[in-house]
Amino acid sequence: MSAGFETALAIVGLAAVTVVARGFFLFPRQAWSVPAWLQRSLQLAPLAALVAVLAPEIFMANGHLLSTWRDARLPAALAATLWYAWRPGVLGPLIVGLCVYLPLRLLLGW
Amino acid sequence: MTASLRTLSSDPQFRRGMADMAPFAPGIAAWGIVTGVAMVQSGLDVEHALLMSLTVFAGTAQLASLPILAAGAPLWVLWATAFCVNLRFVIFSAQWRVYLEHLPRGRRVLLGYFLADLNLLVFQKAWPQAVAEPGQVAYAIGGATIWAVWQVASIVGICAASLVPVHWGLGFAGTLSMLGLAYGLLVDRKAQLAAVVAAAAAIAAFALPLKLNILVAIAAAVAAGELMDRTQRAARRTPGAA
Repeated sequence: MSAGFETALAIVGLAAVTVVARGFFLFPRQAWSVPAWLQRSLQLAPLAALVAVLAPEIFMANGHLLSTWRDARLPAALAATLWYAWRPGVLGPLIVGLCVYLPLRLLLGW
Repeated sequence: MTASLRTLSSDPQFRRGMADMAPFAPGIAAWGIVTGVAMVQSGLDVEHALLMSLTVFAGTAQLASLPILAAGAPLWVLWATAFCVNLRFVIFSAQWRVYLEHLPRGRRVLLGYFLADLNLLVFQKAWPQAVAEPGQVAYAIGGATIWAVWQVASIVGICAASLVPVHWGLGFAGTLSMLGLAYGLLVDRKAQLAAVVAAAAAIAAFALPLKLNILVAIAAAVAAGELMDRTQRAARRTPGAA
């Protein structure tokens, strides 16, 4: 099995995940109601999944916690966080974060 | 099919659905470009990035799946994580069911595939009563046309990214946009606690094989939230407790 085929399979599976998630309660013939406990625990799962993917991407390098502050990702994430506190949104923090990240990385080699 | 599309495009509810979604087009376009760039910069070939954009059509799940794909984790871990990121759609689908109940099952699921976060938000603003009314399906399809804006933007991002050298590390743009999305979900103390637990668990358990640290972190965060709920309920039941 080639790597290209495996990646394609992974992606088609992700597409199936979208279909199943968006169609979850549309699929059964009879409508059912979502139990309250399920709704409660489902609420936190998307946030938890996002943070679980994010945190290592910001705080770790090569499988270890960062041992230096001279990593462009830290000041960029901090700048994005401060911007978010001032003006919540997705785009603003992204742009501010990149404006900190790219010069540090490309000019200083952080 | 073409005839029904023509009737649809002259349907006032279809047009209203499109018009109500239009103000979000610039934001969706920017987000699509970032996702396109992040896909290619994380190491996906252009063909795979196009396949992902055109079939997966779930920006947050796409971004979250990139580091997992790059790490070569087993497929079930990748799919389970994407499903967790997509769990909000499971809840949304129960809400859509009210409006789409009368459609045949295949059409219900097909239309559901095109209905993402903003669609429900805009729909619920237009139809504040959660009851089925005529015109709702045409309205929902009108809103779903935003799909085209997302796809064009994402493809622009994919093409642009292949011109940028990988050492710029622009894949980090995906991380930064996930950061903004995550902050938006920190709606109360319970969510904040869950986020701290998830971050700590994901880092502490990083050495686990198969990228299982992500699933461990999700389980820990959901458990922490449930624990906080129960403690609060118990505190309320105890007379004299603060």
